Amino acid sequence: MNNILIGIAILLAISMIGAAVVAIRVKRPAIAILAAGMISLFASILFLFLAAPDVAMTEAAIGSGLTTFLFFFVLGRVRGDEHD
Amino acid sequence: MSAFIDFLGGLSLLAGSAFLLFGGLGLVRMPDIFNRIQAGTKTTTLGTLLTLLGAAMLHPEWSLKLLLIGVFLIFTNPLSSQVTACTAHYRGIKKSSLTKVDRLADDESESMEKSVSKNPDSEHKDKEEAEL
Amino acid sequence: MVDLLIILAAILAGGAFLFALWRFLLGPTRLDRVVAFDVLTIVSITFIVFAALIEKRGIYLDVALVYALLSFLGVIAIARYLGDRF
Repeated sequence: MNNILIGIAILLAISMIGAAVVAIRVKRPAIAILAAGMISLFASILFLFLAAPDVAMTEAAIGSGLTTFLFFFVLGRVRGDEHD
Repeated sequence: MSAFIDFLGGLSLLAGSAFLLFGGLGLVRMPDIFNRIQAGTKTTTLGTLLTLLGAAMLHPEWSLKLLLIGVFLIFTNPLSSQVTACTAHYRGIKKSSLTKVDRLADDESESMEKSVSKNPDSEHKDKEEAEL
Repeated sequence: MVDLLIILAAILAGGAFLFALWRFLLGPTRLDRVVAFDVLTIVSITFIVFAALIEKRGIYLDVALVYALLSFLGVIAIARYLGDRF
């Protein structure tokens, strides 16, 4: 791995920690879901940097796309008794 | 000749990344949400397109995939920014004092004046559905 | 020469990533964080293109295509949720 890729990977790891802190500290559930999707999005870039593009594609499609969309669908259904 | 095209591709990569940097700077410095949407979306669209162009100059055999990504970005990126701005407008997020123009509010007030005999709530709802 | 330009461009894109991350962490409203998420994913597409250029493997660009789709879908989903239209 190149030096510049190692720098980008460190940046992505720091931002994953930041997104995890946002996901547990924020009051509203929508931003928590978005931050959780962002964590798996960056994890898939880290998989890509480790030379596994198929794993990265699956992680991005399932972990970020499908899970985020499903959570928003369910959250829109149960909005009536939402206690923050 | 090939070295010159490679140099041109590197310069295009650098220009695209500079646009991305300015977009991020605007995202931090702009005063309210509408300006942040402008700065964050328009600049990053141009920056990513320039980056893809530079990559296509460096590796001409990837041109088809890069063109596909570019076309996809051109279609989706303004759409997502428009949906975000519409949501911000209908949620009633305050503009800062530096934001002067709001064409959507002008259109709404005009259509309210036109349809003053009808029920204004249903008109507003229809328009809202049409906008999104 | 081209390698130096690629390194400089990657450093600039990293600065853009840091700015957008700043806005994501401290955004006052929820839509600020949504816009920051959009910018973060688009800068990530640029990171993937840099990785493909450095490692010289064109297969990485397929992941960038999936990324563009997912960024769009996430922003549309959260904007429709926040606009009471699900």
